[in-house]
Formats: sequence, structure tokens, C-alpha cells
Amino acid sequence: MLANLANLLRYRGLISSLVARELKARYRGSVFGFFWSFINPLLLLLIYSFVFTTIIPNEEPKTKPYALFMFCGILPWTWFASSLSDAAGSLIAGGNLIKKVLFPAEVLPIVSVLANMVHFFLGLVILIVFLVIYRHPPDAWDLFWFPVAVLVQLVFTCALGLLLAALSVHFRDVRDILANLLTLWFFATPIIYPYFQANVQKYRPLFNANPFTHLAISYQEILFFYGPIGHWRWLLALGAASIPLFLACYWVFDRWRDSFAEAV
Amino acid sequence: MTTAIELSHVSKVYRRYSAKRFATLKSALLQRSILRELQPSETFPALTDVSFTVPKRSTYGGIGRNGSGKSTAHKLVVRILKPTTGTVSVKGRVSALIELGAGFHPEISGRENVFINGIMLGLSKREIQQRFDEIVDFAELREFIDAPVKTYSSGMYMRLGFAVAIHVDPEVLLVDEVLAVGDEGFTHKCLDKFAEFRRRNKTILLVTHSLNLVERFCDEALWLDEGRAMAHGDPLRVVGAYLTKVEEGEERLLASEKAKAVEDAAPVSEQPADPTSNMFQATEGRWGSREIEIVDVAFVDQGGQPAFVFHSGDPMAIRIKVRAAQPNDDFVFGFGLFNAEGVCCYGTNTYLEELTPEQLAGDADVTFAIDSLDLVEGTYKIDVAVHKRDGYPYDYHRLLYTFRVKSRIRDVGIYRPRHRWSFSPGVRFKAGRDDR
Repeated sequence: MLANLANLLRYRGLISSLVARELKARYRGSVFGFFWSFINPLLLLLIYSFVFTTIIPNEEPKTKPYALFMFCGILPWTWFASSLSDAAGSLIAGGNLIKKVLFPAEVLPIVSVLANMVHFFLGLVILIVFLVIYRHPPDAWDLFWFPVAVLVQLVFTCALGLLLAALSVHFRDVRDILANLLTLWFFATPIIYPYFQANVQKYRPLFNANPFTHLAISYQEILFFYGPIGHWRWLLALGAASIPLFLACYWVFDRWRDSFAEAV
Repeated sequence: MTTAIELSHVSKVYRRYSAKRFATLKSALLQRSILRELQPSETFPALTDVSFTVPKRSTYGGIGRNGSGKSTAHKLVVRILKPTTGTVSVKGRVSALIELGAGFHPEISGRENVFINGIMLGLSKREIQQRFDEIVDFAELREFIDAPVKTYSSGMYMRLGFAVAIHVDPEVLLVDEVLAVGDEGFTHKCLDKFAEFRRRNKTILLVTHSLNLVERFCDEALWLDEGRAMAHGDPLRVVGAYLTKVEEGEERLLASEKAKAVEDAAPVSEQPADPTSNMFQATEGRWGSREIEIVDVAFVDQGGQPAFVFHSGDPMAIRIKVRAAQPNDDFVFGFGLFNAEGVCCYGTNTYLEELTPEQLAGDADVTFAIDSLDLVEGTYKIDVAVHKRDGYPYDYHRLLYTFRVKSRIRDVGIYRPRHRWSFSPGVRFKAGRDDR
């Protein structure tokens, strides 16, 4: 298994060209092309602003401007959620490769995660533009934690992506279950409501058990709230836990590897 | 002599899962049967105890019917599949021409696909850059290389896939039935490329249905049948053994078809108004008054055994058993030979050949013997009939019996006249076959 893992490094050229292909192919043929990567989060931001400032105005003064607050959590969540659903389908979609070419299958879910990470970065550009427009600059020192949060999320997402990809080869219904689960997960995470709200605090242990809570809070503290980041212990703990999780998921993937060429 | 590929006692068992297995994850979880359901409920042996070695710098051919395990063996060598038991060892960089362009993405351009496909096959970016022009020229796609692959015709797609795979410059090249992809010109180019590989002392493993290719190209051959190695060694011998087996299979098939055709023959379709005018209109059937009945028709080979497959030039006899209900003195036996397109190749009867009937009573045998079956390869059907001199049919069997003619020579037409070529001293031919 470790040899295979090391092998993965040799394939980084392949991974990077597949990510590039994924990004190129996605918008090929559309009029706005690559701009969709900006337009999508922008439209999302506009919808949320409209809903939460006009229709259900938010009273909490600390989270103003509310649209911006939500956006800090929604962007990484979009990366996470679409990575997982892409990864879950990646082996089936890439069945041709697995069956016909000698090909390290784990490349496919990882490519899904990385391609979505690029979209995440492009979405950040929109976020930055709006932080400037709203004159809401984040603390410079907090930004140091940003790469840490991204890295933790990357490892965590890759772990789940590998597991889901392997599972969905044998159980096609994983993808449908996942779609519903992700909706539930989204609302169970303090993204469109703040963590410090009284109602949330009542169920604090439950929220703390949700790994994405810590990522969402970290991003909000880094990008939105003033003052030093208070959540770094949780973030590092999640990062530390993600590594064994990744190894465990990789182990499962590796054990099922030989069945892919036959079962896809 | 070093070996490039070695399979020793390799078996591959495919797992077939019962329909139940496609039940849901949920039910698997509820019944706590995940582990059990992941166990195969049925297995299918694709390869059983196959061993062979391919020496370095040789060309090795694999032949066999569809589903005989050829492609499985191939995938084991490329290591896409793992053997269930036994070991596979391959030395050197392998490139497989199995599914050409398997990794192509339809939305992006040929150029980008060449790069990605090349990387998948183990080249570095720089290596591809160096070979890019060569690849594009080989595929004859220079003007289309920047168009998305989805706009390519299937031939263009295959050519590009082939060009990339062959420019990986492998130590071991696996070729699985891909020569059929391009047009004539491209096929020649591919064969040239193989010849070049051979000259450069690379190892080639060729899986194909083209026996010709195996005989011409390969140093050794392996014949797989139902996952077992039936024979390996000299290509001519292996191909010969394979052909014999194929003929046996065809014999069985034709025998069962004959039984069925006679059974199904429309018992008394209206007697055609004028049977002779109908000679060239090929519809199967049987009609007649049955005062004299054709009880059985058999093709007999030179050993006197019933057979359905004959080689061009072999003797053949058609044995007809007839039974006359009453002694009869007005009868003509007829015979007609048709090819698969329904063209009458030959027709005759005893009346035309000026045999005057005297008496036929009870059971009798009629044999129509052909000294030399001078036909080209193909499937043929025959008419047999017994009727009055004026054409009134007793029993007319139209196109109910089928036999097949095999030939190693791919000549065309219907009839092969006995012939030979001769040349004046100015014309010379090589002793063996050309390598192309």
C-alpha cells in the first residue's frame, strides 16, 4: 500500500494534466467558458444576499454583512460537496481507463478533488472583490492560517473521496445517498448561521462532532471575523485526524483495487 | 535466450455476481451481509492453468475463438488484471494496443489528448513533445489536430490512438485485434511499423483472428480455447490444429441446421407452376406427391463418412436414400448446387444426361459423386429432387442441405477451374511468403 502511495507521486504529471483537462473540458462549448467559475459563485452570493438581507433579514450585528459571512463558509463547502459527488462517480465515469489502460485508479478521485479546488480558488477571487467592496478586510495575521485550513480540507476531502469512489463501484446507490446526505450535512454545519448563536450552542457537542464545522468556523474566522483566530486547536486536531483517516480510506481503496477493472 | 513475458500456471476466475447483488447498500447494511454479498456467488474461469513464455525479440501470436480468453491473457500481461493463481512476469516497458484511444476525452482537442494519452502510457511531457510531429504525421491528422476529438470520425480516432500507442516505443508491444481499424493504406502502415519493431528486436504479442497474419508474422503461436492452452509452438502447426477444431465445430452446426431445415421445410407448398423457370429463384422448401420419397440426403467425404465441411479440390459424394411406394418406371433424379447468394452454380439430372428409367422399387440409394470439388471458399446449398420426365414432382427438396467449402487460397468467384501458372525465366518469385 505504501509503495502504491509513493507511486502516486510519480503520477503527479498525469494528475496535473488530468486536472487541466477536467477544467478545460468542463466549459468547452459554453459561451462564457471559464468565466462560469466566477459567475457561479457570484450568482450564488447574490441569491443569498437577497434572501438574507431582504426576505429574512438577519438581526445578528456581528455577522454583517451577512452575505459575505455566508460566502466564507459556502465556498469551501462547495469545494467539499462537489468534490465528493464527483469523486464518487469518478471510477465509473473513468471506467474505460481502468479497464483498458494500466492506470492507478486513485488518480481519478484525487483529480476530482483537485479540479474542484481550482474552482474554489477562483471563487475566492470573487470573495476578495466583495471584501474590498464592503470594506471588510480580514486580519493580515489570520491569513497565515488560510493555507493550513486548505491543506486540512484537502486531505480530509481526498480521504472521503477515495472511500466513496471505491464504494460506489460496488454500490451504485452511494451517489444518491450521498446527494441527500450532503444536503443534510450542509444544514448541520454552521455555514448559513453563526456558530455562536444560542440555539447552536445548546447542541454544541453535536456540532463539534461534525468535522466540517471546524473547517467552516476556521474559514469564517480567517476571512471574515476580526481578531485572532480562536479555533486553531480544532483545525489542527482535524488535520491530525485526517491523516490516519486518509491512510485508512486509502487502505480500503487499495484492497478493492483489483476488483475495479472487473466491476466497473 | 532471455524471456520478455512469462506466464506460469496462470488462472483467472471472473466473479459473476448474482442479480441480488445489485440490491442496495441499504439492504446490505440492514442484513449485515456486505461481506457476504461481496463474495462472488458464481465464478467463471476465463483462463485455466495457462503457461507460456515469450522470448525477448520474438513475435508471438495468440489465436482462438471469441471468448477463449485471449483478451484476458492480454490484460494480465499489461497488469490491468491480476491472475487468480499463478504468476505473470513481464520485463521492460509495455505498451498495449488494446482499446485505442481509451483515454481520449471527447471535448478537448486531439493535441491535448495526445499529451494526456502519452502520459497515461508512461511518457514524460518532453518525450511527447519530441515525438509529437511524428505521431500526428503517422495518424495523418495534421489539419484536425486542434479540433475536439468528438468531431473525429471513428477511423481518425483509432488512428490517433494507434499513433500514440505505437510511439511510446515500448520494449514489449501488445496488439489486440486492432489492425482492422483503418483503411487499407493505414493497415499497411501499421504492418510496416510492426515489421520495423521486429527489425529493432522488440517483443510483440499479437492477438488476432487473422490467421494469415499469425502465420506470416509470428515466430510462435498459442491457441487458447475456453481458457485452456490447446497448442503452442510453430505457427503453421498451431493454426492448422485450430482450423481443424473450427471445422469440427462447423460440422456440428451444419448437421444440426440440416435436421432443422428438413423438419421445417414447408411440407407441400404449392407446386411451382413451372419448376424449371423457378430454378434460379432460391426459396427453400419441399413439395411433391411423395410417390417416390427422398428419405435422407447426406454429404460423404472421401473416407465414406458423412461430413459438412470440405476442402476445395476434395472429392465429395451426395448420397440420397429414396423409397418408392409402388414400383415405378418414370423417374428422374435431379441435383442443383447453389452458392450463398442463391446463384445456381450447377444443375443436372438423369434425364438431361440421357439415362432412361426402367424400374425403381422399394428402398434404394442414389449417389452423386463429385471427383473434385472445384469451388471457391463459401457456403453452398443443394437441391435434390425426384420427378417424372414431364416435371411432375414426386419429392422436391429445395435448398435444404448446406455444406461448406474451405480453402487456404482466397480466390473469388464461383468455380475454380483446374489451373497452374507458368513463367518464362524472366519472372522470379521468392521461395516463401512476403512478410507484408
